Amino acid sequence: MIEIHNIHKSFNGKKVLDGISGVFETGKTNLLLGASGTGKSVLLKCIVGLIKPDVGSVTFDGTYFTNNKLDIRQEIRRKIGMLFQGSALFDSMTVEQNVEFPLKMLAHMPKDERLDRVNFCLKRVGLEGSNKKMPSELSGGMKKRVGIARAIAPHCTYLFCDEPNSGLDPLTAIKIDELIKEITEEYNITTIVVTHDMNSVIEIGDKIMFLHEGRKAWEGTRDDILDSNVKELNEFIFANRLMRDAKKVEEEEEEEERQKHSS
Amino acid sequence: MLQHFGKYLLFMSSLFTRTESPRIIFNRTIDEAILIGVNSIFIVAIVSTFIGAVTCVQVSYNLNNAFIPRSTIGFMVREMTLLELAPTITSIVLAGKVGSSIAGGLGTMQISEQVDALEVMGINSASYLVLPKVIAAFLVFPMLVILSMFLSIAGGYVAGTVTGALTAQEYITGIREDFIPYNVTFALIKSVVFALLISSISSFRGYHTSGGALEVGAASTTAVTNSVIAVLIADYVCAQLLL
Repeated sequence: MIEIHNIHKSFNGKKVLDGISGVFETGKTNLLLGASGTGKSVLLKCIVGLIKPDVGSVTFDGTYFTNNKLDIRQEIRRKIGMLFQGSALFDSMTVEQNVEFPLKMLAHMPKDERLDRVNFCLKRVGLEGSNKKMPSELSGGMKKRVGIARAIAPHCTYLFCDEPNSGLDPLTAIKIDELIKEITEEYNITTIVVTHDMNSVIEIGDKIMFLHEGRKAWEGTRDDILDSNVKELNEFIFANRLMRDAKKVEEEEEEEERQKHSS
Repeated sequence: MLQHFGKYLLFMSSLFTRTESPRIIFNRTIDEAILIGVNSIFIVAIVSTFIGAVTCVQVSYNLNNAFIPRSTIGFMVREMTLLELAPTITSIVLAGKVGSSIAGGLGTMQISEQVDALEVMGINSASYLVLPKVIAAFLVFPMLVILSMFLSIAGGYVAGTVTGALTAQEYITGIREDFIPYNVTFALIKSVVFALLISSISSFRGYHTSGGALEVGAASTTAVTNSVIAVLIADYVCAQLLL
């Protein structure tokens, strides 16, 4: 479980995060939802420690992280896996070397065990046999899969994904979403996904935090997101015609249900 | 300017905190030595040979005097090569080739979040990426400068004898005349200083890149410009202090 408390962050006097608090639960896919420029990625980077918040704290399973001693922060970081927006694979390394890298650096395993783990992770994300390919030879979806394999290779306890399906076709995007959800449940890890994709919300959003202008505007589950009365959230969700149609259908079904009951 | 210098010093100190295991640093240093050293042999060889040849031709043109022995041409080629041309020109060429490559590589890693990926894994990215480059430059620059010395003097020999400016015997007599071994030491000290400056300034510029492809290009250009200026200033300081 990851807890964040009163996170504030400004850049050159411009407030990007304004007092965000919340809890991200273990075994669930927690989504950070919001329009572009609302501070989702900055919040994610504050949580993993890539950006230091001006005020506020982050706790991983009860261990204080933000301003703790370096060795404690390092210990926590070694349990973190992260999938970056652009995958951030190391260009000069093969797929196998990319996935092996955290094991080589952090796990101190013998070579054979490392390769077994690499093959297992690649198989888990559906990329068995791609060991010797270079990142430049991979499609966007495959790069994301390698990124996920690299993140889970050292048995991570926390998985962070920054817009995992950006730039992907809808079918591949859904597959990546499903993979993240499966991995979260299978390994019982705490996953936080930054997204502005409503498909992800519907598919995998166990718990959703909606950000608007650097503040937490709404929090809940995918079951009650369509019924929220937060104006900014509704504007965001129903900007998409499909979502408007879905809402209309839902309302019509409810109306029919009511009429049936009344008659 | 001062702020940049302060940032540079902090960056340099960060290379020595939370370093990875010696085995990892050693392996990375070997890789970097190949990139910096082996891949630069061709350009260093070409530049050095022609600079030696041109120096010989131009000195012989200026020493067209019956009272000055022809062997002086060989002597002057050797002195110019050892004191200035081999260490400084080689370093300026390497600032262009190696400096832009280091800054471009690190800049690209920075904007494509590969540096962030290392940090998230709990790895000191500055130390992991930059320290091996600095150590490798430290090791291979003197070797390249020694190669440059030999080729430059050989270039002078070929140019001098082929054009008939002097005989082979006169050239060899000249390059053996009044030889001061300290001059070689001086050149090697300079090469080590230049290696440190070029590798660290280029890494600093590349590592602090933010933005996109345009900024990576700008970082490479700035890295080369800053490195060349630093080399020239250090060249003067070394000459003033060590000669």
